[in-house]
Amino acid sequence: MNQSVRSTARLLTAGLRALLVLTLVCGVIYPLVVTGVAQAVFHDKANGSEIKENGKVVGSKLIGQSFTLDAKDKDGNPLPDPKWFQPRPSAAGENVFNTRYSIVVSGASNLASDSKILKDSVIARRAAVATFNGVPQRDVPVDALTASGSGLDPHISPDYADIQVSRVAKQHGLSRQAVQKLVDEHTDGRQFGFLGEPHLNVLALNVAVRDLATQQGRG
Amino acid sequence: MLQVLALVAALALVYRPLGDYLAAVYSSTRHLRVEKWIYRSIGANPSAEMRWPAYLRSVLAFSMAGVLFLYLLQRIQDVLPLSLGFTSISPHQSFNTAASFVANTNWQSYSGEQSMGHLVQTGGLAVQNFVSAAVGMAVAIALVRGFARTRTGDLGNFWADLVRGLIRVLIPMAIIGAIVLVACGAIQNFSGIHELGQFNGGSQHINGGAVASQEVIKELGTNGGGYFNANSAHPFENPNGLSNLFEIFLILVIPFSLTRTFGTMVGNARQGYAILGTMGLIWIGFVSLMMWTEFHHGGAALQEAGGAMEGKETRFGIGASALFSVSTTLTSTGAVNSFHSSNTGFGGGLDLLGMMLGEIAPGGVGSGLYGMLIMAVIAVFIAGLMVGRTPEYLGKKIGTREIKLAACYILITPALVLGFTALSMGLSTPPDSMLNVAENSVHGSGAHGFSEVLYAFTSGANNNGSAFGGLNANTQWYNTTIGLAMLLGRFLPMVFVLALAGSLAEQQGVPKTAGTLRTEKPLFAGLLVGAILIITGLTYFPALALGPMAEGLA
Repeated sequence: MNQSVRSTARLLTAGLRALLVLTLVCGVIYPLVVTGVAQAVFHDKANGSEIKENGKVVGSKLIGQSFTLDAKDKDGNPLPDPKWFQPRPSAAGENVFNTRYSIVVSGASNLASDSKILKDSVIARRAAVATFNGVPQRDVPVDALTASGSGLDPHISPDYADIQVSRVAKQHGLSRQAVQKLVDEHTDGRQFGFLGEPHLNVLALNVAVRDLATQQGRG
Repeated sequence: MLQVLALVAALALVYRPLGDYLAAVYSSTRHLRVEKWIYRSIGANPSAEMRWPAYLRSVLAFSMAGVLFLYLLQRIQDVLPLSLGFTSISPHQSFNTAASFVANTNWQSYSGEQSMGHLVQTGGLAVQNFVSAAVGMAVAIALVRGFARTRTGDLGNFWADLVRGLIRVLIPMAIIGAIVLVACGAIQNFSGIHELGQFNGGSQHINGGAVASQEVIKELGTNGGGYFNANSAHPFENPNGLSNLFEIFLILVIPFSLTRTFGTMVGNARQGYAILGTMGLIWIGFVSLMMWTEFHHGGAALQEAGGAMEGKETRFGIGASALFSVSTTLTSTGAVNSFHSSNTGFGGGLDLLGMMLGEIAPGGVGSGLYGMLIMAVIAVFIAGLMVGRTPEYLGKKIGTREIKLAACYILITPALVLGFTALSMGLSTPPDSMLNVAENSVHGSGAHGFSEVLYAFTSGANNNGSAFGGLNANTQWYNTTIGLAMLLGRFLPMVFVLALAGSLAEQQGVPKTAGTLRTEKPLFAGLLVGAILIITGLTYFPALALGPMAEGLA
């Protein structure tokens, strides 16, 4: 009995020692090596692919932002700002634990494919997006109607960008062609022609729109 | 479609070199200098052979130490450095998370970005991502040695297998992989949560962290626990189409290549190909079905929207999301780049079925191979019954003792899954967590609420870790029961695998005769696929009919 207790204890100590040594290897040395190389070789990417406008950071290329007005709708949600291209709906949550940070907690709606709530919100979004952009309801693409997986999707489909062109152009007094040209320039096709789907980065596109509008205002 | 072809080509390219390299690593008698240093600090003799009880005791002792350490780390997070001001984690959630990461499951009832600081993520969770994967490989190799060796009870040395798996396989691959992910745009820094300017002039808080280094081992070790709540859908974890395909590749590469290691170690490469063929056939079948159902977009809400894009990212679209979700549920990974709860009814059912098969096509690192070999033993036994001969596999007799051990192995997981699901549905409070059953009104249909609970326990007991996220799993009931399901679902099967390995290694080989079942032929691979589908189908069919099938047909 005593013998087996002692040998169990010895085994557990060996397990603990192994864990501590391997924690040093996999939990300290490994991440430091990777961070060192990443920071040296891919400095910008390793730090979150920040986008700058006139030297000022306006966000990360990879993290979607909302482009809204201060005004709220009847449910208390901020209204979309008609001057800018709008991103996909988001089901991301709010930070409830460590509230000194205002981080967005990434996440999806997790609504089922036959969910009535999801169906109703799809119908409501379709009507809202069509009115907001002044296009027929049948032209509203699927990514404008569904929430993304991360809730931080920085991209929209070319179809969703296309139906927003007229509205954005009108708001800035720019020509439709000029804005459409920006959309085309910012459309990234499938990577290497076959990976993923064509998409546009909404933040980068809006920065380009603002630049163009400022230039025209000056000129 | 091209993405699938590119993926298969890449896997085929590394199959032989990686498989042979793994065989060499685990057969080598030399120790590297850094390994010797590690053995000295553990106090283990890496050359001492272990019989199966000793091997098992080492596995359990090491894993138990892992659970205790990780539990403690979360409980005292508030007083530790590098915790970004996050508080300590509740006892039941700490237990759940510790069990989850040690059991290679990575079920997460927490959201990474709002509960875990640098220390817990990088020094605790990511470490278990490495070592739990190495433990899985070690156990698989011990079983292969059981087939390969004769008239000995020795299965190798656990500490040597563990350390070699890390030093010679996982860490070098992870370093290369992490750099590739950073090159795609995944972040890798220690800047904590920091402020960043916004387009409209305001500011936002953004998480920093050692994300790429954790992401790569999460896929490579078929773990699946995301740095962020959104897992591989989060742009910092999985920034573009290339990183996405690369991550799928990482998930599949070791489990598939291990079949080559198996073939090499038992001295007949074609035995490995038969296992590979079985795994590949099931994987391809699931990919095709998933693509079909997801593009077909069933479900009233998705039909209204005109596509199954709810819970999916624009840069991946439906195809790359379907491919990822099949690969993650047919292995023990459980990382997600789209949210399975919002898949079409049949798509969600396929995710469930993939896990229910026992994650053997190709399965988790190590666990996939030993799970498949157990099924092969059972298939051989069934074939033996049909022709009335004593079954044998790889020159080893499958006698009473062997088949009992194999049968116990395949009964554990269904017992855990169905038992805990039934308890959760039967008791009065746990169902409250399915915001989605109280529902019809709230999230989905009643069938979907049941699917959520079934999915949770299937995912836990099979050590997958993905979820139908509508279920609020952060309650005492679910944290405790899923935690238990994960530990029992991981370590009980290992007991039977190692016992089987020991019993096989003691046998002397049976010479091959004209009547021996040719287990390297396609006919056997077909028999194996049939056995897997029938056994799983019969076990889970009633439960599947109540959940995803009811939903898909509605």
